[in-house]
Amino acid sequence: MSPILEPRASDDAAPFWDATRRSELLLPWCVACARPFWFPRAICPRCLGDAIEWRTATGNGVVYAASVQHLPGPGRDAADGPYVVVLVDLEEGVRVMGNVMECAPDAVTIGLAVRASWQPLSDGRQLLQFVPRA
Amino acid sequence: MTERTLRAATAIVGVADRASPTGVLEQHGRALEAAMVRESLADAGLTIDDVDGICYGGMAPGFAEYLGIRPRFLDGTMTGGSSYEIHVEHAAAAIAAGLCEVVVGVYAATPRGDRARKGGGRPGPPPGPNPMLEWEMPYGLRMPMGAYALAASRHMAEYGTTSEQLAQIAVDTRRWASLNPNARYREPISVADVLASPIQASPLHLLDCCLVTDGAGAFVMTSAARARDLEKPPVHVLGAVSCSDHSMITAMPDLAVTAGAISGPAAFAHAGITDVDVDVLMGYDSFTITALLHLEDLGFCAKGEGGAFVEDGKLGPGGSLPTNTNGGGLSYTHPGQYGMFLLVEAVRQLRDECGARQVPGAEIAVAHGSGGVLSTMATIVLGGETTR
Repeated sequence: MSPILEPRASDDAAPFWDATRRSELLLPWCVACARPFWFPRAICPRCLGDAIEWRTATGNGVVYAASVQHLPGPGRDAADGPYVVVLVDLEEGVRVMGNVMECAPDAVTIGLAVRASWQPLSDGRQLLQFVPRA
Repeated sequence: MTERTLRAATAIVGVADRASPTGVLEQHGRALEAAMVRESLADAGLTIDDVDGICYGGMAPGFAEYLGIRPRFLDGTMTGGSSYEIHVEHAAAAIAAGLCEVVVGVYAATPRGDRARKGGGRPGPPPGPNPMLEWEMPYGLRMPMGAYALAASRHMAEYGTTSEQLAQIAVDTRRWASLNPNARYREPISVADVLASPIQASPLHLLDCCLVTDGAGAFVMTSAARARDLEKPPVHVLGAVSCSDHSMITAMPDLAVTAGAISGPAAFAHAGITDVDVDVLMGYDSFTITALLHLEDLGFCAKGEGGAFVEDGKLGPGGSLPTNTNGGGLSYTHPGQYGMFLLVEAVRQLRDECGARQVPGAEIAVAHGSGGVLSTMATIVLGGETTR
């Protein structure tokens, strides 16, 4: 596979990225709202509260939307062939983007149950990905 | 000079600022901007839930997304140091005109701290790392097409919308283009042609996607009073409402419902019209799914029924809802930010200047713009001479 475009870690997401090194999925929770939010930022996008805590997530979710990229997108190579990009609704109630690995792209349908999996990055961090949940 | 009617129509009700004797602030970027918003709202005795308008000297949707708000007034005017006075001016006009009720304007820049951090604050690109680069780009989604493809996948799964139904939109738009001598593509196409064109990002085919062309346009506005004495018949702005509900596709609340479901009905109400009054719809067709979502969100059909609605070709020449009569972004032109062409064609239709593609007796036209990845919608209702 061609090298993916590796994300620069934002300061606000440092706990998330650190946890990926041990294959742990953390989500930011607003202390005041007692609810998680996505993407990580310095304030809660419901109440603007800045008391944020990080909680471990199960990594389980369901595919909300899916599109197979038949030509390569950013950072991808045509030789890799088609791949699927999904939005996943995690059990905790936030929606994240990912690829579904270990599965034919066209077999990924909306409603498919998936679980988190990790793709190594060059600096020891890992990229959140998904595989079908048995 | 037209008399200005804003005198004492609005007020500033909360303020906040932050500075330090060291010349350096600990916070920067988005976090600092958000803190100023929070503190100015507290000063006013308001909360973020009260805010329906935003002034930001730059791309406003990304900041609105960060705050988790859904503004229906956005001003991104950037004139340097005077931007914020102009924001007040624009916000006053917007509030006085009923576009919104509570506007927050914000500014933060930390050049000294940035030097130590080696960037990360303003000015420059969006403060701090761009969330799209951090949370979407690694997954190789083709942009912007892939974002629209995700929306189409969701609409199909939720409502049974088919590729054939989406293709019908491209077919009817091409029929309009065949009547426009300036259109990029004028040869008729069929539903089968669309489905046979190479798939780009499922479920979208090549002919579901807008063109990439050169293009340019402009408009001039003045007061209704002055417009009466000019060369061409006036086209009146009867309603104008915008709404932004995300910046990146991951943050779109519901991929089958756009912010047009807010801007559209509100603009129609401003204008005192309903869907049956619209003679020409210019609905931004970056992709076939984009046009379909507009039909539902503006209320031409119920949510989920867009596919069945377009099936009979009613969007094309001779149909009951003439849509994208210049041939649209799908077949006329699409230089990247196509919204200008929606307005130009709507005006020409209302002036009876469209020749072979003229909709006879058109009195009301709607130009509905879509920006980002289904992110920011703006609905403009225009009326000819008889509608004032």
